Amino acid sequence: MTVIEAHSLRKTFGTTVAVDGIDLRVEEGRILGLIGPNGAGKTTTLNAIVGLTSYQGELKVLGRDPWTERDQLMRNVCFITDVAVLPRWIKVSQALDYVAGVHPRFDRAKAESFLAKTTIRLASKVKELSKGMVAQLHLALVMAIDAKLLVLDEPTLGLDILYRKQFYDSLLNDYFDGKRTVVVTTHQVEEMQNLLTDLMFINRGRIVLNCSMEEIESRYLEVMVHPDHIAAAHALKPFHERQLLGRSILLFDRVDRDQLDAFGEVRTPSIADLFVAVMGNQNVAAQGAAR
Amino acid sequence: MNPPMNTSSNVMPESSVESQAVATAHIPATRRLYWSIRRELWEHRSIYVAPLAAAAVFLFGFLIALPHHMRGVKTLDQAHKVLDTPYELAAGLIMGTAFIVGIFYSLDALYGERRDRSILFWKSLPVSDLTTVLSKLTIPLIILPLLSFAITVATQFVMLLLSSVALLGSGLSVGTLWAHMSFFHMSLMLLYHIVTVHGIWYAPLYGWLLLISAWAPRAPFIWAFLPPFVIWGLEKIAFNTSHFLAMLQHRLTGPEPSSTVAPHGSVMEIISALTLAQFLSTPGLWIGLAIAAAFLFVAVRLRRYRGPI
Repeated sequence: MTVIEAHSLRKTFGTTVAVDGIDLRVEEGRILGLIGPNGAGKTTTLNAIVGLTSYQGELKVLGRDPWTERDQLMRNVCFITDVAVLPRWIKVSQALDYVAGVHPRFDRAKAESFLAKTTIRLASKVKELSKGMVAQLHLALVMAIDAKLLVLDEPTLGLDILYRKQFYDSLLNDYFDGKRTVVVTTHQVEEMQNLLTDLMFINRGRIVLNCSMEEIESRYLEVMVHPDHIAAAHALKPFHERQLLGRSILLFDRVDRDQLDAFGEVRTPSIADLFVAVMGNQNVAAQGAAR
Repeated sequence: MNPPMNTSSNVMPESSVESQAVATAHIPATRRLYWSIRRELWEHRSIYVAPLAAAAVFLFGFLIALPHHMRGVKTLDQAHKVLDTPYELAAGLIMGTAFIVGIFYSLDALYGERRDRSILFWKSLPVSDLTTVLSKLTIPLIILPLLSFAITVATQFVMLLLSSVALLGSGLSVGTLWAHMSFFHMSLMLLYHIVTVHGIWYAPLYGWLLLISAWAPRAPFIWAFLPPFVIWGLEKIAFNTSHFLAMLQHRLTGPEPSSTVAPHGSVMEIISALTLAQFLSTPGLWIGLAIAAAFLFVAVRLRRYRGPI
């Protein structure tokens, strides 16, 4: 089943183009990481998917138009688009009451059992909780909803490493079951590298890389090249090169592993390194085009 | 390599059938509205605290002034005159408080959720913009009028009990006082006034405030009250007339009382003289309701477009 389908999705704010014709297809059970620099159009894309912003082009989420059918869509879609958007005046018990009152797929007992693992008390008001606890509460509410799609936009921004780790551990252990679909953006790429099944790089409102994690492992290889072999390595046309402690690290796309083994230690690049390489090439290409 | 691939692809269709078989539980729209209204009462406790506080302050003042007022009373007629005014004052004070609370509430209703960014949370739940705006309209249109009615009646009842006790001391018949006051009749008239004027007649006012609250980028108070001033000023300069101001005054003072009412009747009597039939045949009522509906339609639309500020 296709959960999200977009064709030439476009969004402009005045003369600024935030999303510039994105084609997107997310199947059920995938965990897609949307990665890009600030202002790349990640948030706008996610906002369009959850019905927070209007758009041009075609977009269907679970077969519905999110902009005109947001309320029906939200029976099967959940999102956290920002940390600490829970109203400060609400009590934890009131938040549970309200979501239970309006959401047909909310399991109150489940939410309470998630909260029991934290230090959050039901009688507390949100304004009395720390930022990390508010994120925990929001996650407990969201995880207790039996949704088909979960959209997370920087859900851990500004939290310390302990809360971030807990956040992703809870998601991994208590939420994913192979059927749910998740789309997530974050700057802390490393922390969720192991969660993802698919990766999408986005820059200046366009998709610059879109592939599964298996594909990344089979396509991209990184080699710390011994100085003796640098000329031979260059001959295989690496698409990115960086220096570390006086050694060159070369990144190859679709080059045979056996060939590279001769130059030094070969490994799969981290998402962060791949991101820097792809974005670096993008910027060079853009400057070239400008000239 | 192939056999395991096949088994895994066989599992996939089964699991997706399973997920579709999960019964879609349904929540009726009235239940979502009910919880949305409860949410408003959680957030804005001034809705009931302010009228209750006004009633408490008034009762305290009444208690202090009662012996002083009762000192000169010799006949029942005098007692009636002395007591009548405070009853109207109590009703006016409590309803006035509720009215002011309603104005400030309406201005903040769709602005506050954008300012504190909680709109991002509310919009992540399956509650439509229409349900949200209606739940927020219910507060000034229905909840506050009914609440201020209940508080006013309770306050007046306590006042009646207090003056009865005071009368016992003066030797006048308490029973006659109760008959004279016709408490039930008075309450009924008050209810009629509250529902027709504070609820239905003021509907376009609340509609306007909710619209501004949904739209204003900042300072909704100024955006709500500046345009009427500008229109009044422009009309004065351009045509040297004040039709707009007269229209606003008419809206705020309520539908005209019938001319058959004695000019010296009490406020309560003038209001009650306007019968339901007369009220329903006032064109201003229906024009007002149409304008209110238009304002609310725009407010619902605006809420879809508006995000946090």
